[in-house]
Amino acid sequence: MDTTNISAIIDKYNGEASALIQILLDIQNDLHWLPREALELVSERLGVPMSRIQHTATFYKAFSLVPKGRHEINVCVGTACHVRGANRVLEVVQNITGIQPGETDADLKFSLETVNCLGCCALGPVMEIDEQHLGKLAPAMAADLLKGYQ
Amino acid sequence: MSEIRLKIDGKEVTVEAGKTILDAARKAGIDIPTVCHHEKLESFGGCRLCTVEAESGGRTNLVAACIYPAANDLVVWTRSPQIDKIRKVLTEQLLAYAPESEVLKAIAEDYHADKDRFPKEPSFCILCGLCVRYCAEVKKKNVVGFLDRGPCREINFIPELAAVECWDCKECFPLCPTSALQAAFVLTEALISLSPSLQKIDTRAKTASA
Repeated sequence: MDTTNISAIIDKYNGEASALIQILLDIQNDLHWLPREALELVSERLGVPMSRIQHTATFYKAFSLVPKGRHEINVCVGTACHVRGANRVLEVVQNITGIQPGETDADLKFSLETVNCLGCCALGPVMEIDEQHLGKLAPAMAADLLKGYQ
Repeated sequence: MSEIRLKIDGKEVTVEAGKTILDAARKAGIDIPTVCHHEKLESFGGCRLCTVEAESGGRTNLVAACIYPAANDLVVWTRSPQIDKIRKVLTEQLLAYAPESEVLKAIAEDYHADKDRFPKEPSFCILCGLCVRYCAEVKKKNVVGFLDRGPCREINFIPELAAVECWDCKECFPLCPTSALQAAFVLTEALISLSPSLQKIDTRAKTASA
């Protein structure tokens, strides 16, 4: 594994132990997951024990210890989106990507998660792909949108 | 200001600054039940069994004695119908996770807690963090740590470290308030995950018991 990127991230925060979460977030953004080798390097450079890093990395949902796809899809199934038909949107997304919530497809293109609110209920049903909010969805629209991702 | 005077159950107690209510009570010979407290370790405030009523500035708050710092003119009550009820229910809940715990059974007797009140969910771990903190603070090895959060939270040994460090230590085993073998069980699981040959036996045992 190429660790130069990870080293650069750690350098950016001067190897400070208090920046652990920020460093893990940057690695997560860069690689879409936290590989073991990366965590070992972080542990060594920051002087933070592995058990503590493991605790932090499993505590926050933003971190993943398994590889995630290039595009992360979050379909909102909160109350407002639910009554506006989030389930039908979710069904279409599942059919097109071929994965269930919590899964990643084999060629690492998409990861799918359901979330309980994205904070813009007026736009429901909402889904989020790569931090871009897509609102007022209809199932067919969601299908079209997904085709635009490589 | 190095001495602090406070009142616990009507008794005047003097302690050094920086001590907690629990330290002051123990000094005065007043018993407060604890599960997650250990003299050698930083306070954790995890089990909440040491909850007491602390009165200051005309207000009464329920606080965890093991982490609440003693302060001048603080008036503490360690037994009241409300506190007894809190401790009773907490003990009942903890007993659902660790039905065989001697420590909890003793507390249950004192507070008339019904050990069968809640359906049993024996994980044999009440997440008191004694093993985790002992490994980090006293042994400075950090082999065992917490994993996940909320209802999924559990303790976990890091297999590679455990294989090197734990063999000659195992000092966390007797600390466990639930049953001394819980840490041993999790440690064994971690070591099994390291060895392919043991893994085979493990899966065979699991399929046999299923």
